[in-house]
Amino acid sequence: MKYNWNWGILWQTSIDGQNTWIMMLIHGLGWTLFAALCAGVIALLLGSVIGVVRTTDHKWLVRLGNAYVELFRNIPLLVQLFLWFFVIPELLPKAFGSAIKQMPPPWGSFVPAVIGLGLFTAARVAEQVRAGIQSLPRGQRMAGTALGLTQAQTYRHVLLPMAFRIIMPPLTSETMNLIKNTSVALTIGLVELTAAARSMQEFTFQVFEAFTAATVIYIIVNLVVVNLLRWLEKSVAVPGFIGPAAVGGGGH
Amino acid sequence: MAMIELKDVSKWYGSFQVLNGCTTSVEKGEVIVVCGPSGSGKSTLIKVVNALEPFQKGTIHVDGISVSDPKTDLPKLRSRVGMVFQHFELFPHLTITENLTLGQIKVLKRSEEEAKTRGLKYLDRVGLIEQKDKFPGQLSGGQQQRVAIARALSMDPICMLFDEPTSALDPEMINEVLDVMVGLAKEGMTMMVVTHEMGFARKVANRVIFMDRGQIVEDASKDDFFGKPRSERAQQFLAKILHN
Ligand SMILES: Nc1ncnc2c1ncn2[C@@H]1O[C@H](COP(=O)(O)OP(=O)(O)OP(=O)(O)O)[C@@H](O)[C@H]1O
Ligand SMILES: [Mg+2]
Repeated sequence: MKYNWNWGILWQTSIDGQNTWIMMLIHGLGWTLFAALCAGVIALLLGSVIGVVRTTDHKWLVRLGNAYVELFRNIPLLVQLFLWFFVIPELLPKAFGSAIKQMPPPWGSFVPAVIGLGLFTAARVAEQVRAGIQSLPRGQRMAGTALGLTQAQTYRHVLLPMAFRIIMPPLTSETMNLIKNTSVALTIGLVELTAAARSMQEFTFQVFEAFTAATVIYIIVNLVVVNLLRWLEKSVAVPGFIGPAAVGGGGH
Repeated sequence: MAMIELKDVSKWYGSFQVLNGCTTSVEKGEVIVVCGPSGSGKSTLIKVVNALEPFQKGTIHVDGISVSDPKTDLPKLRSRVGMVFQHFELFPHLTITENLTLGQIKVLKRSEEEAKTRGLKYLDRVGLIEQKDKFPGQLSGGQQQRVAIARALSMDPICMLFDEPTSALDPEMINEVLDVMVGLAKEGMTMMVVTHEMGFARKVANRVIFMDRGQIVEDASKDDFFGKPRSERAQQFLAKILHN
């Protein structure tokens, strides 16, 4: 195969006539990280609430939580994004739906992408939070209750601080998944890192440079985030605590 | 008025009856030891007293307050009943001091300073004041159980429940915990203690309750119980544990 390597392309002006290609990739990275951050906040908040609810003894809430997890975990992410992008706006009241469709780019893609990624990841976080709480000895909840703490206080001061420490490793891998999953949003028009690399490849035909650069950027982000979370995990580690050996792992 | 009063208490797990018409009472300042074979319902009997487990029939009053009355403020009631568990159940992510103050601050609404003063007073009492900044995982089992007792005492309980407080401990640590409990009993604390430590029962118990298959088979003064248990099951049980 004859291929004209041209790494210099990264520093040439891109299709927008102003920025270099490398800047365009970094701009894409910005959207990747911003989408992941917004979706991550939704996932952490909603996932924690649903995870907690599933460990209470309110039968109907538990069922509702279980149903949420099964639904959002088992429908492919791509399908979920299509639903949020194409279908939901049609189902909403007309004025509301068309307001959504007329959102200026990139928000028209960004908002459904964040909602879709957030709700999908929330299901996965909920599963980890449930597993974390249930891995604690039953006596912990009892000890909190016996002291006179309310159920909410027992979760806040006794169960969740330990549960979150225990699930730090799987939550780290969920975070990595979330960052990677943002690339699915290119299918609904969000120009994040992968989409930026693709447009570079389409306009310059320098396919290897484009995707090598994107890959390197993903790897660097990965390393930074993993190390940040490892550091966080270490800094909240409990002296002398030997945890429950393993909690149901992450992964697909 | 009795401090703890159970009348005809029955409890089922599904169709399995764990407690069967249990009636007994603990007067203020009394120490009651509960014993019986594994699975006989001792833990359950202790747990229904502060409503950690619901029950379906009968009534329980603690200091005159009904435990099963929906109008009862259960967190408040529980905060007045100290509880010590077989596996200590200290909160691993909190220092010893924080373990001692959490309930005081959140439930009794004491200031952090007041809670600390009081908590450390009891920590000193169980002989562990030097450990105040450590975490539970850094202490031995016996030390953890003494902290757990101090945690319960910090709430100024009107009575204390113990569920096999020494059975998870290595033999050499049992006495350090029993000594603390004997001290409490001698000071007049009202105590309901599930234990097979008959030495403890002999030393400080007023009465001994023997349970079997969810029933209180024997509820006798200490001297009667060790002298001549009426039921054959209690006799067999006693013979077995006294020979170990
Ligand atoms: N959550 C539960 N669901 C169903 N059955 C239970 C539950 N908890 C306890 N049991 C059953 O109730 C019975 C009494 O249990 P309990 O823990 O009170 O016994 P125990 O006398 O304390 O025994 P041990 O000496 O082993 O601690 C046992 O047969 C036990 O299997
Ligand atoms: Mg028991």
